[in-house]
Amino acid sequence: MPRNTGCNVFDHAVSRRGFLGAASAAATVGGLLTPVQAEAVQSGHKRVLQLYLQGGVSQFESWDPKPGTKYGGPFRAISTSVPGIQICELLPHTAQRMHRFSIVRSINLKTNDHGQGRLFMEKGRRAGEFPYIGAVAAKYLSPQRPTLPGYLHITTRGLNDNTNAFLEAPYAQMKLEGVQAPANLAHPDKVADDAARRREEIRSRLSERFAGRSGQKSFVESFESSFEMADRLMSQKSLFESEPSAKDVERYGSHPFGLRCILARKLLENGATCVKVTHHGYDTHAENFNFHLEQLGEYDKTACMLLDDLHDSGMLDSTLVMIYSEFGRTPKINQRYGRDHWGSSVSVAAGGCGIKPGVVVGATNPDGTAVADREVDAGHLFHTWFQALGIDSTADHAIPGKTIPIGDPTKAPIEEILA
Amino acid sequence: MALDVMKTHVLHEWKHGKPLIACRFEPQGRFLFSSSEDYTLQRWNAETGEKIAWEAHDSWVRDFAFMPDGETVISAGCDDRIIFWPTTAEKLEPKLEIVAHKGWVRSVDVNSDGSLIATGGNDRAVKLWSPDGKLVREFVGHERDVYSVRFHPGGQFLLSGDLDGKVHQWEVNSGKLVRTFEAKDLHSYNGGQQVHYGGIRDIRLSPDKKLLAMTGLHKATNPLGAVNEPLNYLFDWESGSESKKQPAEGVGGIGWRIEFLSDGSEIVASGGNGGGFLLFFKPAEEKPYHKLKLPNTARDMSVHPDGLRVATAHHDGQIRISKMTEKAA
Repeated sequence: MPRNTGCNVFDHAVSRRGFLGAASAAATVGGLLTPVQAEAVQSGHKRVLQLYLQGGVSQFESWDPKPGTKYGGPFRAISTSVPGIQICELLPHTAQRMHRFSIVRSINLKTNDHGQGRLFMEKGRRAGEFPYIGAVAAKYLSPQRPTLPGYLHITTRGLNDNTNAFLEAPYAQMKLEGVQAPANLAHPDKVADDAARRREEIRSRLSERFAGRSGQKSFVESFESSFEMADRLMSQKSLFESEPSAKDVERYGSHPFGLRCILARKLLENGATCVKVTHHGYDTHAENFNFHLEQLGEYDKTACMLLDDLHDSGMLDSTLVMIYSEFGRTPKINQRYGRDHWGSSVSVAAGGCGIKPGVVVGATNPDGTAVADREVDAGHLFHTWFQALGIDSTADHAIPGKTIPIGDPTKAPIEEILA
Repeated sequence: MALDVMKTHVLHEWKHGKPLIACRFEPQGRFLFSSSEDYTLQRWNAETGEKIAWEAHDSWVRDFAFMPDGETVISAGCDDRIIFWPTTAEKLEPKLEIVAHKGWVRSVDVNSDGSLIATGGNDRAVKLWSPDGKLVREFVGHERDVYSVRFHPGGQFLLSGDLDGKVHQWEVNSGKLVRTFEAKDLHSYNGGQQVHYGGIRDIRLSPDKKLLAMTGLHKATNPLGAVNEPLNYLFDWESGSESKKQPAEGVGGIGWRIEFLSDGSEIVASGGNGGGFLLFFKPAEEKPYHKLKLPNTARDMSVHPDGLRVATAHHDGQIRISKMTEKAA
């Protein structure tokens, strides 16, 4: 299953001395590492951070600006830290860090439907029951003894999809309602920790016995995974209870997205494999430009603070960062200054683990109405993410008795952005 | 012919062909200036509709203002700049450019004697400029984007409105914040979509200076989908108290521009999901007493100095001139 990328420091054993050297170097950039950051770097655990711009961020107002063209809109393009790459002026902080990212500008999803676009981007398949990126990552990248559920989604909206499909229940997405701690993490007042532990052991033994006698092993496993997930969260409840530092709030912002990104960093540092943070408000059928000013103004600095922290701690090398939506927005500006749904010429950005930075793949035509070069879709992206993470996406899932390729066999990774 | 709002009718349609954004008559009434999504500005002969178009800013232009004699027009761009143009020249070359804000300059106004120019923008700043381009004063206090600026006709005060639905009254000479008018319903935060929406889209003083009027939108149940309706707020200038809220029920859209007519009534251009309208209100009444449905959504409006003609800029690339009188025989 593992893919030999030949590029990732964690493909090789990390010696303690080597780690300390790397940590020391990182410390000179971003200050001393905390113990959890040091452990996160040392563990070799690969992770995924999904920054999901829900509703469909406009490619014109983000990664593929076309100022002065028929549908370009009012925003200008700005230069970035990578000579020759320009992005929209709404992303000035990102522009300064473009040397850590790459962009794919030639995605044709062939759908303008929120649900279809989201499922395609998450599953890498247009149809069928397949697991989401986060579930696949949780299955193949989670440590032997995970300290948190593998796939966490911080949001306040969204549908309850079957995110793990045929994968085991522990790899399903666990949704967190913003930064609120999940309900009932603490033991009831009258139950001491020791008593709760003994109670859990009894429950577990009874489950084992029931599984053996009833012939409903998978049902019991699913049931057990819920308890395990709850147990992990209960042991980590301090992550939700501790207030973010004033410095973090100042850097990330006090708005919901800022607080969610602070929590995302804590979850990644403390053993989560995939953390998805949804930023809402991009389905801009009206006032597209005002809302992109507002939303990307909030997104840009916050996301960059999170990426800076991952970089400074050394975690970015082992964390794949995806910035994406379910589709883009129409070239044509409607009568309400809006842009509508558009899946025909979409962009995404990515960086971190296994991604070659500073690359732009593909191009749209001058007016941005169609892909002009190197057309790809979400199937190609799906392969790319897992190849970047060192997972052979052309292999079959490790499911006994089933032969199901991890990625769509008719698609291939986008090699140009693989490190 | 005399003003007769109930007989308002579309008199002319002048085609630019690309979606239009803003329009404004110059003070002598000879020309109408407009802007388009294609980054050009247009000058229209107010009588014949003859057009000159030229490339001006590196972005859209959302507002215009004029020096009192009408000989200089100032365009406010989404490219940080305001540019001064000779109103009547055959070939329009910039007379002066000022990098006024970081980001969009949303609004510009000139005081009554032409000695000061006010601008407001997305950097949340309100600034005063001299006619030769020097920064005179900056007013700091808005917590969100500034959508509109307007001098009080007396010249002593400047008014600036923002996305939060607040209008600050500033003392021009000292920069002191005098008071704040809160048009709370002109702003909303949608927790589901997690967006702020609304804003003071325009500010105007009544001719007798007794009423402060502003327009925008409310009932934003789905901001991203443009489900909202126009709303005006009227405040008593002397007391600062709210005088009237004027919703246009059943008209989907935003109130983009508000002006007063010679009979004391207000005219508002609205546009959005419900199409384009000219809405007419009496200050003492809540509901519009007349509505004229326009053939396409309206994005801006300007009343001609004759008080009888009104221009609207439309998404379909047309300038429409409506006349508020009985139709000529």
